[in-house]
Amino acid sequence: MGQRLCEWTGVAPELEIDLALCNIALDHLGQANAWYEYLVEIYPQPTDVDQLAFCRDEHQYYNITLVELPNGDFAQTIAKMALFSIFNYYLHDALRQCSDARIAAIAARSYKEIQYHRRYASNWLLRLGDGTDISHKRMQKALDIVWDHAFEAFTPSPADRIMHQQGIAPDLEQIKALWEDEVHQLLHKATLSIPDTGFTGYRAKSDGVHTEHMGYLLAEMQYMQRRYPNLQW
Amino acid sequence: MTKEEILDILQQIKDPEIPNLSVIELGMIRDVELSAPNAVIVRFTPTYSGCPATTLIKMEILQRLKEAGVEHIEIVEQLSPPWTTESFSPHALEKLRQAGIAPPHPHHKRGEDPPALGIPCPYCESTDTKLLSAFGTTACKALYQCNSCGQPFDYFKCH
Repeated sequence: MGQRLCEWTGVAPELEIDLALCNIALDHLGQANAWYEYLVEIYPQPTDVDQLAFCRDEHQYYNITLVELPNGDFAQTIAKMALFSIFNYYLHDALRQCSDARIAAIAARSYKEIQYHRRYASNWLLRLGDGTDISHKRMQKALDIVWDHAFEAFTPSPADRIMHQQGIAPDLEQIKALWEDEVHQLLHKATLSIPDTGFTGYRAKSDGVHTEHMGYLLAEMQYMQRRYPNLQW
Repeated sequence: MTKEEILDILQQIKDPEIPNLSVIELGMIRDVELSAPNAVIVRFTPTYSGCPATTLIKMEILQRLKEAGVEHIEIVEQLSPPWTTESFSPHALEKLRQAGIAPPHPHHKRGEDPPALGIPCPYCESTDTKLLSAFGTTACKALYQCNSCGQPFDYFKCH
């Protein structure tokens, strides 16, 4: 999500949007860094954050496909951000209570930032949906494009199941109920219709099977570490 | 070296994005421990996850303490409880104002968007101001404009 949002830097529709998207992208990168730092400490083999973030192959990434989709127009970016940040908001709200102190601490800090992401995306979705004829049409079209991908978040992967059993992560069914409630209300307020749900069997989170967009995204994201291994800023 | 001397050194280290406030005044230093003669543990709380100043500030802490003759320096990241603007002292708030940054406002609830109107202008003190963008020059700030003196200004968000 952070990598995709960075693509708006310098070319967003307005200066204020440019600043907002860059700031949100930075939040995502910072949050990812905090999780990777923790992972490095408990990883079975010696590794470092850059290895994990920049040197894995496509099938070794377990993000949901929603976040790797292209930005499209501004409406599509907002559609992705809204669906993702509302999920992220409830997920982190639950993780703040996690029995693992480090996870709880990272989640508590991230939660503060995600509140902004959720409100920013929701406000724009509302404004575009309940705006002019053209903005309404484009917002609806954008939602229709990204909608199915959101549900991957709620399909438990083997790792999700283990984490839930061990009391680390919340029940995704509960998160889904909260998400649906909020998203449906938001769409209603924005005079948008809830898209028909089609194919929801994406398996990036569970098996590392991505959309065709992921390889291109990684090619750009990993370039520096691949070209100059162990590069440090 | 005493704890007070260490704190004096840290007091000299400023946030590169808020150049007149030290890392202590910003609440980023949770504690300093002398673990042995000439060995210091600094408990450091980063602000926003993606704050690019964090790395720079840590480097400066290491460098300044080293220059002062401390041999072993350990910076321990302490995430919990998370950093908040609520720990700013009145003195720190005044310094923000002097730097042209409106300090966190009591009417702005943490986690909410900054108020659309009425954050006092740090230049002319007018409350006839409007929010331009909830995201400003850095993650911790929002952008406002004063309708009285015309000056755009940063506002430090409650966090």
